[in-house]
Amino acid sequence: MFQTADMLRIFHAYRGDAIVVPGRGGRHWAQISTRPTRDVPVGDPAMGGHAGFALGLALARPAERVVLFDSEGDLLMSLGILPTVAELAPANFYHFMLDNECYATTGGQPVPNAKNVAYDVIARGCGYPRAFAFDELSELEAKLAGILGEPGPVFVALKVVPEVENVPIGQRTRWQTRTRDQVLAEFRKEFGLAR
Amino acid sequence: MAQTPATPAQADEAQLDPRLVLDEMKKNGVTHVVWLPDSETNFLYQLMEADPSLTLVPVSREGLAFSIAAGLATGGQHPIILIQNTGLMESGDSLRGWTIALQIPVVLMVGYRGWTRHGVNTDSAATYTERFLNAFGITYYLVETSADAPRISIAFEEARRTQRPVAVLMADEYHGFNR
Repeated sequence: MFQTADMLRIFHAYRGDAIVVPGRGGRHWAQISTRPTRDVPVGDPAMGGHAGFALGLALARPAERVVLFDSEGDLLMSLGILPTVAELAPANFYHFMLDNECYATTGGQPVPNAKNVAYDVIARGCGYPRAFAFDELSELEAKLAGILGEPGPVFVALKVVPEVENVPIGQRTRWQTRTRDQVLAEFRKEFGLAR
Repeated sequence: MAQTPATPAQADEAQLDPRLVLDEMKKNGVTHVVWLPDSETNFLYQLMEADPSLTLVPVSREGLAFSIAAGLATGGQHPIILIQNTGLMESGDSLRGWTIALQIPVVLMVGYRGWTRHGVNTDSAATYTERFLNAFGITYYLVETSADAPRISIAFEEARRTQRPVAVLMADEYHGFNR
């Protein structure tokens, strides 16, 4: 397992001008990214939907690379998204998944069969042409350029250290630097899109 | 109990021409159809599949359609969601979070399983459909026959104006689920 922030710092070197949906990695990515108008940290509108949202962005903007940092809790809620991605096969879609083996934001309760799910195997079985799994950061770092340098869709499962929160939601420190409305408005402006 | 039409002429009047539905989609600039097959809207499938201006995005559970549509709309495209009322009810949190909260102007074309105008409803899917939409504050338009097709454009216009999802209930009693 490795720290999500350490992984994101390594990814940042390869990000280029990709659109990034940071998902549960948002609190760290907000401090690392130097292209915030191409980031889409929409928070957690409804659990399980990050992959669908990022897929929609990838289909809508085929000339842009779209990188998603999904989570295993989200993906378990919507495994059916995997064959949809595989059928449409957007070459610009890079599907990373943070697997901390628990629901960190609700106190760290384990996800079902937490330590024994091979998400890369599931993705490959659903039709992703390339799928990887890493639990050592050095191994990811060695292969990241190749992963991002080839066409998608690709699935990358990452074992990360849980960052468990036990403080009641209303008492947590806000990490977001922009409101959701600001995020979407700045994204549209970046791409010259009308509301 | 669903009723069957008394005469062939009555049946023709009662039907909804799928070409008109497709025309309404194209008139309103739909680019992507995010959908899960259902009995009421199956008649559209072959027409949509043959139309090069539409990209079909199949989902395996209806809730997935809402986040996909949100991503498409955020990226500048014009999706429509095509699902059955049963799946709409399954999708409550995704409808709330990914379309209402993100202010996504999307039309939900919903197969109205169990709906009957002339009979007595015996399907709880129909019983709760409009109550569900009312609970989420989603306005809706009933489309039963070809004469109702222009109401689809009204729904698109309302979605654009309000930046919210708006539903069209496809209640084709005679060649949908109730046939």
